[in-house]
Amino acid sequence: MARAVSKRRTVFFTIVAWIVALLIFFPILYTIITSFKSETEAIQGFNLIPSGTIESYAAVQAQSNYFKFFLNSVIISVGSTLLALIISVPAAWSMAFSPTKKTKDILMWMLSTKMMPAVAVLVPIYLLFRDFGLLDNRFGLTVMLTMINLPIVVWMLYTYFREIPGEILEAARMDGASLWNEIVHVLTPMAVPGIASTLLLNIILAWNEAFWTIRLTTTNAAPLTAFIASFSSPQGLFWAKLSAASTLAIAPILIMGWFSQKQLVRGLTFGAVK
Amino acid sequence: MGNIKLRKVNKSFGATTVIPGIDLNIEDGEFVVFVGPSGCGKSTLLRMIAGLEDVSSGKIEIDGKDVTEAAPAKRGLAMVFQSYALYPHMTVKNNIAFPLKMAKTDPAVIEKKVADAARILNLTNYLERRPGQLSGGQRQRVAIGRAIVREPSAFLFDEPLSNLDAALRGTMRLEISELHNQLKTTMIYVTHDQVEAMTMADKIVVLNAGNVEQVGSPLDLYHKPNNLFVAGFIGSPRMNFATGAISQPYGAHTIGIRPEHLRLSREGGTWKGTVSVAEHLGADTFLHIKTEGMGQVTARVGGDFGAEHGDTVYLSPDEGRVHRFDEKGMAIR
Repeated sequence: MARAVSKRRTVFFTIVAWIVALLIFFPILYTIITSFKSETEAIQGFNLIPSGTIESYAAVQAQSNYFKFFLNSVIISVGSTLLALIISVPAAWSMAFSPTKKTKDILMWMLSTKMMPAVAVLVPIYLLFRDFGLLDNRFGLTVMLTMINLPIVVWMLYTYFREIPGEILEAARMDGASLWNEIVHVLTPMAVPGIASTLLLNIILAWNEAFWTIRLTTTNAAPLTAFIASFSSPQGLFWAKLSAASTLAIAPILIMGWFSQKQLVRGLTFGAVK
Repeated sequence: MGNIKLRKVNKSFGATTVIPGIDLNIEDGEFVVFVGPSGCGKSTLLRMIAGLEDVSSGKIEIDGKDVTEAAPAKRGLAMVFQSYALYPHMTVKNNIAFPLKMAKTDPAVIEKKVADAARILNLTNYLERRPGQLSGGQRQRVAIGRAIVREPSAFLFDEPLSNLDAALRGTMRLEISELHNQLKTTMIYVTHDQVEAMTMADKIVVLNAGNVEQVGSPLDLYHKPNNLFVAGFIGSPRMNFATGAISQPYGAHTIGIRPEHLRLSREGGTWKGTVSVAEHLGADTFLHIKTEGMGQVTARVGGDFGAEHGDTVYLSPDEGRVHRFDEKGMAIR
């Protein structure tokens, strides 16, 4: 009897889970569906079955060079992630293994910068970028995204490092490892899963970042977020083309996310259960 | 050589003093056990010797050299941790070789030393495995192997057996003692288990609240405890204590009698009591007896003394083995 109840429960929760998942995924799914419609179909109203035309993709590629934007997205997201890791690994190391009384405060302060609305600093940052000639510049954008995501990267790494038993590092110290050897031979290999998921998450965050990327670029350094935005205004709203552009922009990160989901989930729930 | 001297070694965290100032000499080749209840400062003391914990004041000398400020690796000591602290991403072989690699030892020498250590510790068949694939006892042996290859002037053990089950603990205890006989290197061993202390040590240091209560050989501490704390801590089951009317005839504030120094009889004796619990271990039986004058008393009798709950028995002390203590709890000799 008990087994029957629990089976019915399982079925119920499975259905609920699927419904929730579909609800969350539906906008993306509908974008993909719409991208395979003609413009006439697209404005005709809700319809889940497209004609399957790829004319929107052809039009999008003809109108602007997708690969230039794609390349910018890759350079900016990967570049900002690597830069952030180079800065955060030592920072998180020192906070995790030789904390002071102020460490918690510093961590909180770093996180609090993420609570501020970005638009509050838009003008000063825009002016700084203008004066330093960094507008529409890949390097400038890489630095900007590094700074935006740095608090999260430090927090994540700090959490992972805290999971590494201090005794192992003490053992390394007793064994004659210098600070450098300790980080290279002991700490980093043990933190690889954590560093990997931080890296993946940060690439995703940087890839999807739209506020600064759209405002600080025009053509040369514009990533895929700007590519999508460029389809939303000039000639009125062309839903099919916009959807095709969006699909092209999210496809790489979606594929990457799919292949690394195990790593991501492990990373995000790391430390939840010992 | 592994001669270690502590000179007024003090440890404070802010206003809290953990170790008020310890003087201690550890001779070369000695097996010294720091024993005491949890929180007595024994691990802190060991970590200060290792260099993992700063010394607030005082001096630590190893072979006559002041190492108070020296880095852990520069002290020539090797440590075995309670959690083993093996490198989980390295094979057993690389774990053992790690300190040698850090010292930039010649690869051929590393190979030989690792093979030797593995042979001594029965790890030869496990060299290519990772720590996660080993049992608790094997992991502990790897940790010891990593310590051995450095040929340290002294080994430091921080409660190395407390994560093992009782049977394995007994075996590892023997193995460590044998290792000491083989290597004849100074060993400092921290434990809260007085059985480990008694069975392994050449010299026991009993610590309580950061103070050294007594230093001596296991039998010294057993036969001549300096005070109530040592008397109660060393020996299992615990020594029985009595004050007041019972201790007066002995000219002491408190008397202590070990369970094995009480003679039991069914016919008559000094104190009458009722058995509340009988623990039959086979060769021995521990009787927990409610007495009229002394309160709850533990007695150790032969396994053939068939007493059960509710039986009336008579206890008499082995007069020559009654320990006497004054008001301050110090032994009267």
